[in-house]
Amino acid sequence: MQRIIKNGEVVDETWHLLPKDASFNELTNCDDYIVPLALWREHAHALKARDGGLGVWLDSDEEAEEIGEHVADFKVIALNFPAFTDGRSYSNARLLRDRYGYTGELRAIGDVLRDQLFYLQRCGFDAFALRPDKDPVEALQSLQDFSVTYQAAADQPLPLFRRRQ
Amino acid sequence: MYVYDEYDQRIIEDRVKQFGDQTRRYLEGELSEEEFRPLRLQNGLYIQRFAPMLRVAVPYGQLTARQARMLAKIARHYDKGYAHISTRQNVQYNWPALEDVPQILAELATVQMHAIQTSGNCLRNVTTDQFAGVAADELIDPRPWCEIVRQWTTFHPEFAYLPRKFKIAVNGSRSDRAAIEVHDIGLEPVYNAAGELGFRVLVGGGLGRTPVVGAFINEFLPWQDLLSYLDAILRVYNRYGRRDNKYKARIKILVKALTAEVFAAKVEAEMAHLRGGPTTLTEAEVERVAKHFVDPAYLPLTDQSAELAALDAEHPGFARWRARNVQPHKRPGYAAVTLSLKPTGVAPGDVTDKQLDAIADFAERYSFGELRTSHEQNIILADVEQRQLHALWLEAREQGFATPNVGLLTDIICCPGGDFCSLANAKSIPIAESIQRRFDDLDYLFDIGEVDLNISGCMNACGHHHVGHIGILGVDKKGEEFYQVSLGGNAARNASLGKILGPSFAQGEMADVIEKLINVYVESRTEDERFIDTYQRIGIEPFKERVYAANH
Repeated sequence: MQRIIKNGEVVDETWHLLPKDASFNELTNCDDYIVPLALWREHAHALKARDGGLGVWLDSDEEAEEIGEHVADFKVIALNFPAFTDGRSYSNARLLRDRYGYTGELRAIGDVLRDQLFYLQRCGFDAFALRPDKDPVEALQSLQDFSVTYQAAADQPLPLFRRRQ
Repeated sequence: MYVYDEYDQRIIEDRVKQFGDQTRRYLEGELSEEEFRPLRLQNGLYIQRFAPMLRVAVPYGQLTARQARMLAKIARHYDKGYAHISTRQNVQYNWPALEDVPQILAELATVQMHAIQTSGNCLRNVTTDQFAGVAADELIDPRPWCEIVRQWTTFHPEFAYLPRKFKIAVNGSRSDRAAIEVHDIGLEPVYNAAGELGFRVLVGGGLGRTPVVGAFINEFLPWQDLLSYLDAILRVYNRYGRRDNKYKARIKILVKALTAEVFAAKVEAEMAHLRGGPTTLTEAEVERVAKHFVDPAYLPLTDQSAELAALDAEHPGFARWRARNVQPHKRPGYAAVTLSLKPTGVAPGDVTDKQLDAIADFAERYSFGELRTSHEQNIILADVEQRQLHALWLEAREQGFATPNVGLLTDIICCPGGDFCSLANAKSIPIAESIQRRFDDLDYLFDIGEVDLNISGCMNACGHHHVGHIGILGVDKKGEEFYQVSLGGNAARNASLGKILGPSFAQGEMADVIEKLINVYVESRTEDERFIDTYQRIGIEPFKERVYAANH
């Protein structure tokens, strides 16, 4: 079972992350699924009607705007990092948190490494499924990399210049 | 000069710790080369031809004497006794050991310096006019705005993994000495009819493979909205800039593809959400930062025109130096002095540890303890009393800083090139030297007048060849180093990009080629015409004819 970081702790993963080409027929009624955006586009209504938990994941070239009005439908939104150097999901995260007021779990998936966790957390991610070859317990330390930040972000609504004493 | 408070200091100290740990994990094999690469780049660390190259940030070119001494110490202890001033006003070391870099960063942090975001696909060092705060034609002092932007760029969580590097320049004057039109974002002050301060905002300029003069997308951005607007631009770029091809990933390509109007509309759509938010700048913050840039304790002096003219008559060398290396100052009795780092036989922009120590002494004794670096790769003492100019000249001469060539043909902007850089196609330093040797007669050099000659060793254009009046680009031709010449570039207001003269030349031909170009100018110029003026009047053909006719 994969272990992921959630709210600053390492916990067992309980959700099923479905691949991009997943079809609706594969789903059971009761399991918790994070479905690809395409599947949600096609079966939003039926997905909501299931008893199991519903999450959705967006690739880095898919836009937060597509689910912006529906964020309340999801317990988990996962944003993918095809490569850790692909920074688009940082902006999607900000939009989901700041613009669309999403308050559920926001999870980083894909090429997720510890040295990006601090930035990810600032952009509103509160769950991190590290790349399977990396140790999530060691990675926890990187959430504390900086004790001061200049900008307003999802984790700190005011920029430093409005907080300086 | 901005002085860190405990917050600023903690941020750079946290970074030292973070990078120390990252380096340790890399050396122990926990982090792969690929995983470490962006981390080290965002600390200014390249792996170069012979050793890593460390680029230390000099935010908008401002240094104190104490910081210059630290740079000297690092050159001495961790390098081979010299450093290099880059074309982004930063300082580069060519020989540090990777293992030493965390220690170097720790030393830098003791004098409020760092290497944050001096490289990599992120928000880079903000640059400005080297005469900021003392220029006579200044509308506002750009430095407080540079510092505000610097803090916003530092570890911005959303924009640490951009499609490509991102450079912001701020101009505060009527003329543009910060080359803002060839930056990813250029900012300059403007007042509206009500007398309120705002910024004109340009996006999508840049050099590199596809040189572009940027487009102004906002003619009046209220200063309060500055950071929100930067957030908006960067968000559009971060989301829509190309990531499939690194040569098409700069914002200039996105702006071109969308058109400036459509890009501006996208930024405006973001602003509709961001305007009035917490990132809106406050008067208190601008005042807090601006306090660090108030005038030093100037004395009530008068201009020394007669006295200096008398000294000129007595010392022709001083007269020459004053004509080129001394710039006017907003206060009577003061002047700004450029210490030339372009003597013949030294790589342009290189400075030894001893020279850095000497510069720190000069700054303390002549210029309120501060100095600046320029994108032309020289050092500026911005607040020198005119009555001290002669004494400073004598001392500067001793240290090799008094070559009277600022703005002249031999004040060459030049990247490190193939001697150091692993990206380069060709060497650039030997070309600079061969041209400096050819034009070492000062009377002749003065007669030729102002020419910007810029050399890049490859099309990444670190030597800004596109905007040189004469630009030289190193190219690879079947494994051999060749040089392509362009004419008519200009980095100042109404910037323009040079036009390629024709087929490239071998290294040994370059001094001859430049001499021929200069001869065409000298023969064709009218009184008071600079090289660039003559070029604009007569066009490229006469230059082409001369250079290629003699070749065949």
